[in-house]
Amino acid sequence: MAAETNTTSTQPGLRIECRALSCDRGGREVFHGLSFAVGAGEALLVKGPNGVGKSTLLRVLAGLVVKSGGEISLEGGEAERPFAEHLHYFGHLDGLKPALTTLDNLSFWKTFCDPVQGRRGIDPLEALGVLGIEHTASLPAGFLSAGQKRRLALARLLVVWRPIWLLDEPSSALDKASEQTLHDLIEAHLEAGGIVIAATHLPLKLKRVQELLMEPVTADAAQTEAYAGGAVFGDEEGWG
Amino acid sequence: MSWMAALFLRDFKLAVRVGGGALIGVLFFLAVVTVFPFGVGPDLTLLARIGSAVLWIGALLSTLLGLDRLFQADREDGTLDLYLLAGRPMELVVLVKCAAHWAATGLPLVIATPLFALFLNLEPMAIAAVTLTLVIGTPALTLIGAVGAGVTVSLRRGGVLLAILVVPLSIPVLIFGVSAATAVLSATAPFLTPFLYLSAISLVALVVGPVSAAAALRYASD
Repeated sequence: MAAETNTTSTQPGLRIECRALSCDRGGREVFHGLSFAVGAGEALLVKGPNGVGKSTLLRVLAGLVVKSGGEISLEGGEAERPFAEHLHYFGHLDGLKPALTTLDNLSFWKTFCDPVQGRRGIDPLEALGVLGIEHTASLPAGFLSAGQKRRLALARLLVVWRPIWLLDEPSSALDKASEQTLHDLIEAHLEAGGIVIAATHLPLKLKRVQELLMEPVTADAAQTEAYAGGAVFGDEEGWG
Repeated sequence: MSWMAALFLRDFKLAVRVGGGALIGVLFFLAVVTVFPFGVGPDLTLLARIGSAVLWIGALLSTLLGLDRLFQADREDGTLDLYLLAGRPMELVVLVKCAAHWAATGLPLVIATPLFALFLNLEPMAIAAVTLTLVIGTPALTLIGAVGAGVTVSLRRGGVLLAILVVPLSIPVLIFGVSAATAVLSATAPFLTPFLYLSAISLVALVVGPVSAAAALRYASD
């Protein structure tokens, strides 16, 4: 796709390109030869059946899982920063401390995360308001319901600006109203020149959206064997 | 507030709150120290002679007690992944976490030492020496333990393995710490030499601990 100039974006030409990305875990090939490119203001929806490696792909992009081949490149980002520091990873785990209050949990990430591209996120209390949980600000996070915890975790993406959002099943445990909020947040982030890569079943009605359909790797005999032997401890690479 | 101060305060708060286990270390220390006179018998001179060593071993074991949760709790709730993506040097994150852990668990041990030393019939000079060596030595124990905690972070029930890994590595700390602490009782043994060695080990641990633990944690997210 042609690089469009986005007037609202402070980083025109922000663009992720992945070429022939592959990942092995414990001697088993999770996916291989994945190539895609996403530009500023664009969303990529990763689709596919359970267990096909959607979560692994997002963790590979975040640099949390070592890729076994291929390239990830970013144009238009901060050159001296690694790719992983341009993104927010929103996974299955909320990263919350039940003993601390909702506001303490959120304010910590605001202080702790290094701002990217000189852009600050919004105020923690405001972020709680956007997600409709400002009344829980002084409650310990352990008292929140699963959906509220999820929303609190989502608020982290707002208090620290990162141009790339990696969302892994972001709508799990959310009610209908919160799903709409999530949709609006994604839309606003794209309009601000961000990039969203999401593994979700939520039908997102976005202007510029691509889909990446992941298919199960055909399990040949050698891989099945390697899996049986390597699932627990893995090989030298998978051990960790 | 700087990010390091925020991390320190957060970890300290979590450690001293319910389930954080900061108080458990001191109680365990008390248990170890009180059980020794019962095992050794009512020989006050013998107790005074081995008292410093008992306090040191008690402090070592108490330090090990809470270390397995140092990074494991963060890994289980997903915080560790976010630390790795925050754009802060992981070595410094580990160092600050260790400092908070020491302030919550190691410092109370040091503060309790003069009191517990009375149970062991230690002389005032010996009490001062053992407290001083623990101030210098317990950070080294925490930092060496952090390496073990980093390596075993992904293992369930890693606590026992952690102890097995860390105890041999902490033997030098114990040797020089106890030598310095007992030197004040003897007319010939020097205090300064083992004390400086102990300080040197702590300084080395200050560098090696965070670097190794951070390396281990980077692979643990896989």
